[in-house]
Amino acid sequence: MDFLYNLLIDPLVQIFTYPIFALEVLIGGLLSGVMYSLVALGFVLIFKASGVFNFAQGAMVLFAALFFAGFIDTGLPWYIALLLTIGVMVLLAMTIERVVLRPLVNQPHIILFMATIGITYFLDGFGQTIWGSSVRVLDLGIPNNPMEFGGVLINQFDMVAAVVAGTLVAALAVFFQKTRVGRALRAVADDHQAALSVGIPLKTIWAIVWTVAGLVGLVAGIMWGAKLGVQFSLAMVALKALPVLILGGFTSIPGAIIGGLIIGAGEKLAEVFWAPAIGGGIEDWFAYMLALAFLLFRPQGLFGEKIIERV
Amino acid sequence: MSVVADLTDINQASVAAHARSIGDVVLSVQNISLSFGGVRALTNISFEVREHEILAIIGPNGAGKSSMLNVINGFYHPQEGKIIHKGVERKSMRPHEAARRGIARTFQNIALFKGMSALDNIMTGRNTMMKSNILAQALYFGPARKEEMEHRKFCEHIIDFLEIEAVRKTPVGRLPYGMQKRVELGRALAAQPDILLLDEPMAGMNVEEKEDMCRFILDVNNEFGTTMVLIEHDMGVVMDISDRVVVLDYGRKLADGTPDAVRANQEVIDAYLGVGH
Amino acid sequence: MLYREAGQFKTTYSADQQIFPILQDRIGFFVTMAVAFIAIPMFAGDYLTQTIFIPFLVLSVAAIGLNLLTGYAGQLSLGTGGFMATGAFAAYKLATSFPDLNIIFVFILAGLITALVGILFGIPSLRIKGFYLAVATLAAQFFLLWLFNKVPWFTNYSSSGVISAPPMSIFGVFVTGTEASHTAKYFFLLVLVTLLALAAKNMVRGHIGRAWMAVRDMDIAAEIIGIRPLQTKLAAFAISSFYCGIAGAAWAFIYTGSVEPLAFNIDVSFRILFMIIIGGLGSILGSFLGAGFIILLPVFLTNAPHMLGLNIPVDIISHMEVMVFGALIIFFLIVEPHGLARLWQIGKEKLRLWPFPY
Repeated sequence: MDFLYNLLIDPLVQIFTYPIFALEVLIGGLLSGVMYSLVALGFVLIFKASGVFNFAQGAMVLFAALFFAGFIDTGLPWYIALLLTIGVMVLLAMTIERVVLRPLVNQPHIILFMATIGITYFLDGFGQTIWGSSVRVLDLGIPNNPMEFGGVLINQFDMVAAVVAGTLVAALAVFFQKTRVGRALRAVADDHQAALSVGIPLKTIWAIVWTVAGLVGLVAGIMWGAKLGVQFSLAMVALKALPVLILGGFTSIPGAIIGGLIIGAGEKLAEVFWAPAIGGGIEDWFAYMLALAFLLFRPQGLFGEKIIERV
Repeated sequence: MSVVADLTDINQASVAAHARSIGDVVLSVQNISLSFGGVRALTNISFEVREHEILAIIGPNGAGKSSMLNVINGFYHPQEGKIIHKGVERKSMRPHEAARRGIARTFQNIALFKGMSALDNIMTGRNTMMKSNILAQALYFGPARKEEMEHRKFCEHIIDFLEIEAVRKTPVGRLPYGMQKRVELGRALAAQPDILLLDEPMAGMNVEEKEDMCRFILDVNNEFGTTMVLIEHDMGVVMDISDRVVVLDYGRKLADGTPDAVRANQEVIDAYLGVGH
Repeated sequence: MLYREAGQFKTTYSADQQIFPILQDRIGFFVTMAVAFIAIPMFAGDYLTQTIFIPFLVLSVAAIGLNLLTGYAGQLSLGTGGFMATGAFAAYKLATSFPDLNIIFVFILAGLITALVGILFGIPSLRIKGFYLAVATLAAQFFLLWLFNKVPWFTNYSSSGVISAPPMSIFGVFVTGTEASHTAKYFFLLVLVTLLALAAKNMVRGHIGRAWMAVRDMDIAAEIIGIRPLQTKLAAFAISSFYCGIAGAAWAFIYTGSVEPLAFNIDVSFRILFMIIIGGLGSILGSFLGAGFIILLPVFLTNAPHMLGLNIPVDIISHMEVMVFGALIIFFLIVEPHGLARLWQIGKEKLRLWPFPY
């Protein structure tokens, strides 16, 4: 009985007793959800353009952060370090396209998915072989303390992260809708063969998409790295982006954003109000269970298209 | 056991084959309408399929022929209308239920299990009849083993019939197109269906392959007495082998009758040859 | 010349349906068995038995389990570690609650409990496929580990969260605990693995195996010829989890003797996935080859620099190991998506024609 009370009644009582606190938790959750969205965006970009579920997106986040923090630690000014890291990510994208994707063209999606698990391991190992596995502190000079807005405390760092993510999404939207490359990307996403037949260079497009995803990973890596320190667990944080994708649908950029917000908010609320009843530490799996429950009702995700199967 | 009995049934059926006569209605399609979103695929379609007959569904591309088969075997669920099969009315059912009630089919684009051999593909057609439980199978002992052998024997009968003995152990992905079509027919036959739906069984075949396929279809119909509903574009074939023809156009039924009657139908001629306005 | 099937005629279907229809393969099988049952226990020594052969046998079971689900039934799972943990903790609770229960029943019951858990997490497979399902199985991985970590009942309220296998014997010989000899452990596992592998082989060549492969190759067509998708997939989840559960129990009880939940983290899930990719998806033999490969690779990587006279720090080696794993996965997927088992098969086909090219 006690357990049920703690699980079902007590959290609601608490929320209504301390509405401001609950609101703060909610806003904190939404803002950290933005960070999930940032990682999820990279997945969506690649999935849209090549149909590849890139499990390595998380590893790319870690990889980018490791290089950026590593360059800075060698004493380079931040803008040079940034440029160098961008260079590394472009090189990485081109290598992946050449070494992994091109030989696997026309293989079943599931084979490509497993290949990206291979990429994940490779990048995790490679990054740490070069830069070591000790935690690096990445200081962007953004204060990481709460500020008061109309009686509600909000973490400044999370605010900045949200703004960065918002800018990035807007830039990507413009890139996709208004530029020639963006149009080609959308064509490729619809149908590889048809795109090829009207003269869109598939290889270049893939290299571009992986580069863009790499850059999104870089931004995510810098933000996450500044928050948690650059270390191996960043790759694990990125695993959280997977339930975001399920919620939002694999092909939808707005889906990635909203999915991220829902997961972020749900996770924080559950952790603060419900977790004490069942032992704490539920952020490891809560997002997955939420996504799983959701899948049973809407298998194609919030914004995914319903597929009509033909035989 | 049961399979041996089935085999004798087949022998009896083939004895009775010469007396093949079209019997009662086994499947009745009534007022079926199907749409996807706003697109109407089928509008108010009704027709009947009689026992032992070969019924052809013809019509231009996009007329709704494949959709019609998909409705019959439960893959699409129509918004309106019903299907009465062997006296049981149903509005919609899952495809595996339809299969268990004796409706089998082949596909327009070959839908074989690419990673499996021709024999294993045909054996899957008998899966619905195999009853031994997982533990018995894991031990591969007694009844499970016996069951496996009996069904293998039945499948070998089909393999003989379709003249594909030489390729039985070959993965179907490596077989040429015509052979794959035969294996697919074999898989459908292995289920001993009482209604067999064939979606363009001769598409993309050369004349010899078509002749072979026609022979198999007629033999199956004669020997096993299987009722057939087939979609085909080759008018020569349709007119030669079918007992009755249903014509669809833009999701509507234009005509329904013997090949000769359909051939003479003005609406059908208009639909195929175009109308001067 | 040695590997010819010419002249070996099958006169019954049951002769044609054997696991090894070709005489030379049967001989090869019995030679392998003789090596495993006689030569290894006689010559391998305790160190090799404990570091190579015992983990090889345990992980082979897990690899067979995952291969049934992923290689045969086509349902990608990243939750293997979670299912192994379930088996380990179920076996622990059974062994401590019923001290008189024979270890064989402990393992079988642990496997059955894991099978139930597997069915539970397999239910979404009816509605979701491919990557979506892979992500759903991650839920099993994270949730199950969390459960064993946070709920003290599972560890009998041990303060460290570590479970230790009680000493258990079979026919009066200890196979777990400190008194058990490595040879006894090895023999127990070897018998277990042989039986489980034969059972798996029998299942995949029977009608349940054909139903799995049909669902894998084309699920819509499978349903249209009458295969029930839900039952087939859930059976795959249940049997796969049964194997993984036994593997987890064997890992905890026989290989390490004591484990904490983290020993079955997501890295374990990936390694077992790598085993079946490298060994061969949809091949029982491949599960063994892959398990052997993944176990021997770190041994090789640790020793190779020494042999070359290089002195690389241990942590760099462990990072490089991860890197080489990744590279090998990509390599295998590109060069031979069907893994070592397929290479073995190609080798045999070549041998059949040798010395002629074709």
